[in-house]
Amino acid sequence: MMPDLGKYADAVLGSYAVSLGLIAALVGFSLWQGVRMRRALAVAEARTKKEPVDG
Amino acid sequence: MSLWEYANPQKFMHLSRRVLPFVAGAAALCLIVGLVWGFFATPNDYKQGPTVKIIYLHVPAAMMAINAWVMMLVASLIWLIRRHHVSALTAKAAAPVGLVFTLIALATGALWGQPMWGTWWAWDPRLTSFLILALFYLGYIALWAAVDDPDTAADLTGILCIVGSVFALLSRYAVNFWNQGLHQGASLSLDKEENVSDVFWFPLLVCIAGFVLMFVALVLLRTRTEIRARRLAALIARERMG
Repeated sequence: MMPDLGKYADAVLGSYAVSLGLIAALVGFSLWQGVRMRRALAVAEARTKKEPVDG
Repeated sequence: MSLWEYANPQKFMHLSRRVLPFVAGAAALCLIVGLVWGFFATPNDYKQGPTVKIIYLHVPAAMMAINAWVMMLVASLIWLIRRHHVSALTAKAAAPVGLVFTLIALATGALWGQPMWGTWWAWDPRLTSFLILALFYLGYIALWAAVDDPDTAADLTGILCIVGSVFALLSRYAVNFWNQGLHQGASLSLDKEENVSDVFWFPLLVCIAGFVLMFVALVLLRTRTEIRARRLAALIARERMG
């Protein structure tokens, strides 16, 4: 059940929205960068026939 | 087995691949439990009312903003002294995570400060040193991006990290050095008199554990990406040389 935040609702909900938004953006960006780099490296390793970096 | 063996990128990749899912899962669990517990199941503070619920984000983010820089300092010193590439890449990987934690601390601090202090911002010692810390994070990330040679970039950012550590420590101890400004002293203390009440303390501990684990998970993930990027650059350079 939603707690009664009264006149402080903007401050409390704003804090949670900003923080969770920033965390979600950071996690999403880090995952996207990771996937993009893994694919690019896999293509390069296949081209040069090298062992994958993580076995 | 020595810790230095994990300075080998291949060993680091093998270990981190196994550890990362557990750390990420534990981080998600702690964050969900801590934030839901703190937001829905704790009472209002007798002075601050429901704004006390901001503590579950503000304090862990502020703690980790400083600790991330300290971790970067240790990793940078290892690079500067022992020249282990993984340590330099770990410091690079941690910087955006530390920057986001610093921004969360600043934003939630402003949102909390407005109803409690009557202002979004004051040139208070702790607030000011946190703003400078955020600028150091930006400068650190920009310096990595600006220098083409990775070893030179690691050297220069390592030195910047040592300089910035003054502000990281200042932001931690500023309220103790100067008995002025709006920000109160430590919310967490082993001294019962100073520490927050248990009803807020336990969910806060779970949130702090969640932020620490999230930091470790993100640094592992981002370091893996940096190692792959370094490997890709080496393969491309080798191809170009024929």
